[in-house]
Formats: sequence, C-alpha cells, structure tokens
Amino acid sequence: MKNSDRFSSPLWRDRALGAAAVAEMEKLAPRAAALTGGRVNFMEVCGTHTMAIAASGMRKLFPPQLKMLSGPGCPVCVTSQGDIDRVLALAELPGVIITTFGDMLKVKGSRGLDLHAMRERGADIRVVYSPLDAVELAAAEPARQVVFIGVGFETTAPVIAGAVARAKAAGLKNFSSTAFFKLVPPALELLLSDPENRIHGFMLPGHVSAIIGLEPYRFVAEKYKVPCVVTGFEPLDILTGVNMLLRQVVSGKALVEDEYFRVVRKAGNPAAQRLMAEVFTVSAASWRAIGTVPATGLEFSSAYAGFDAVKRFKIPYRDAPEPKGCLCGGILLGKALPPDCKLFGKVCTPSNAVGPCMVSSEGACAAWFKYGA
Amino acid sequence: MCLAVPGKILSLKNNNAEVDFSGVRRQVSLDLVPDAKKNDYVLVHAGFAIQVLEPKEAEETLKIFAEIYGKDHADASGPLGHTNP
Repeated sequence: MKNSDRFSSPLWRDRALGAAAVAEMEKLAPRAAALTGGRVNFMEVCGTHTMAIAASGMRKLFPPQLKMLSGPGCPVCVTSQGDIDRVLALAELPGVIITTFGDMLKVKGSRGLDLHAMRERGADIRVVYSPLDAVELAAAEPARQVVFIGVGFETTAPVIAGAVARAKAAGLKNFSSTAFFKLVPPALELLLSDPENRIHGFMLPGHVSAIIGLEPYRFVAEKYKVPCVVTGFEPLDILTGVNMLLRQVVSGKALVEDEYFRVVRKAGNPAAQRLMAEVFTVSAASWRAIGTVPATGLEFSSAYAGFDAVKRFKIPYRDAPEPKGCLCGGILLGKALPPDCKLFGKVCTPSNAVGPCMVSSEGACAAWFKYGA
Repeated sequence: MCLAVPGKILSLKNNNAEVDFSGVRRQVSLDLVPDAKKNDYVLVHAGFAIQVLEPKEAEETLKIFAEIYGKDHADASGPLGHTNP
C-alpha cells in the first residue's frame, strides 16, 4: 500500500469488516446492558462524529440495547443565544467586514435575524475557509475593520490563536476576533455532575484530542468511573470505538483508551497547546441551555486583549431566551433525541430552522433530519 | 466544524507549506506543527496543520481491524488502541 493510500483506503469503510464489527457489537451490547439497567447509553461529544454516524447509516444497525446520544459537541449549537446576539450586533456595525465559517450564517438571534438576513440588508459578511483568510483580508483592506467570528472547541481555538498571533506579528490594527470558545473536558464534567446523568461511556472527539491529548480526560474514568474511547471518524473507527466502550462496560473497567492513535498522541500537540495558552486564558463561557459556567471556555489573554472584538466594539453580553418550543438544550445534554421535539421535521427543518441543532450541518437535528434515525 | 483532512507536504517556506490533498493543492500554515518536514503527512483543519501523521500507524490500525474482524490478510496482533495508564 502506498503511504498516501493508508489514510484514504477503502478498508476504512469495508463492508465485511463492518458487518463483523456489528456482529461483535450484538454480542457485547446485551452483556453490557445487563450491567447498566437494561440499556447502555453512550454519548459522542463531537458534531463530526454525529454527522459520520448519521451519514454511514450505522444507527439502524445498532443493537436495541445500545443508545447513542449526541452531546454538546456542535460548536454552533452550544453557543448561547446571548453570544449569537453579540455576533449579530457586530454585523450591524457600519463599515465592519464580518468573516466566519459557513455554519454560523443561519443561526437566528433572539430578534429572529441571522447573518444571512443581515447580509441581504447590506452587511458585509464573508465566509472563509481559514481564519488566515480573514487576516489576509485585513492586510488588504487597511481602512476597514475585519472581525472573525471565533467559535468552537480545542480543535479550532489554536487555529484562531495562530491567526491572531500572525495578525499581531504583522502589526494589523484592523483585525479582531470573538473568542466564544468552549472546552470539552469541563463540558463532560457538567454532564457527569448532573445527578440525573445516565451516560455509560463517552466516544471522545478525535480532533479535539489531537490537540489536548489523553490526560485531560483522566478524571472521567477515575473520578466518575465512566469509560472513554478517543475515536476516529471512519465507519470502522466508530464501530470499533463503540465496541471498545462496550468491552470496558462488560469488564467493569473505566479507562481512557485511544482508538485513533494514528492521529492522537498521549500528550496531544504541545506546540498548539502553547500557542493557545499564549493567546487565550481559561474563562467562564455561556452555553446554550446551561448558562454561564466558570472555567469552561477561553477568553483573550491580557497580551492579546486588543484583538478581542467584543471589547474593541464594546458589545455587552445579555442573556436571551431560547427559541420557543425548541428542545436543542435537552438534546445537547443527552436528555432527549431530535424526534422527541414537537417542532422537529414539522415547524423546524434545515431550510427553516428554529434552533441551532437544526441550523448547523453537524447539529443532531440536522443529522437526524437528513439521514433519518 | 472539527473536520480535518490528511495531506502531504510538497514544499515549505518559512512556516507555510504547499500541501497535496489527493490532487488538490492548498497553502497550509505549519505554525502548530513546527517540526513538520517535506514529504510528511499532516492533518489539516481550517488552513492549519494540527498534527503530523505516521502512515505506519494508519497501516497498523487497518491491520488490527482486519485481525479482530476476521480478514485473512492480517499479520498484526495485540489489542486495539493505546491505553492511558
């Protein structure tokens, strides 16, 4: 096999291997469920996993004893309504160019507007592939203020830290970013500390873990005795990740295992961790359906405070209600699945989404709507 | 949003690389992987390489899959995954 083929080999999606993996799952799931009250609940905490599971159609193959929940892993979905309103307030500023990943375009603020609607009203909103594109735009347009809408988890935060550091090195005075970042390990702790928690294992996000490594998850296994498997995104990765979780439950163990070791090292990516710690510091973050929680997100460090868009343009945070009837919050906490929502598929569809779990292409509702249960 | 794609570094200058993604070429920042070299495989997210990949580890994973799920061309052994002690 050529080197390049190893990462894109059809073997990652091989039908016969997949069938054997499902057969193993069918053997393990009843044994695991017998130890967890009749049903075993695992949660994926990554929108990319949510999409990969839905797109592969494997949910139909899961044994009836196994329930796979979608946790707070979709960056757009976990962003609070108050922060969405701040994004829209930035887009209202005269002369400002808003740069963003495409996922943020159709999330509605509490007044019912989204960035897409703001663009139709004349706001200058540009979708970029990389925050570096936004930095280049700022260099090319020195008379305009360029704001990047930074949201996401530990995969995206160092990338935006890298772009901000380049803007600083280039002496750009007209570039800034939001830092509406969330941290995965504290999100897990939020779920686990809920007395109603019934999660028996976490499929941990492969690319967040590529940055932070395995150590930050140790408390999940040691303090809460909940199995963890860092998992890749190919169908066989996901099936194997589920089987590794089932095996931990069956054996009564709680470990942090790494199925995705071709990408995730135990120590993560130290250079990315250093850059992230230079540009940002741990701070409170406001989560949809959960509220503002200390030490669950990132804000600009004092050395980079000048790049904070909400400080530069003095955009205050105001709590704002969730869309009426929307169950997104309960879905993010693993307490509901998309079909449990009265709006799902009727009032709320991808072309006319009420809540962010339907807006974002990797939200649980969008995945269920597009691919079915 | 955390989508990331593997590609191969064709050339690099300062901390910027030209990376080949199965025929599509893009400029990628190496600021987060300062030790990456020409011909290395990197995982790229939003214009930045976030990790250097080892093809032999991908091969090892495929061999383990083949072994535990019963394909006859496997020649690796051992449990899948690396465990945090």
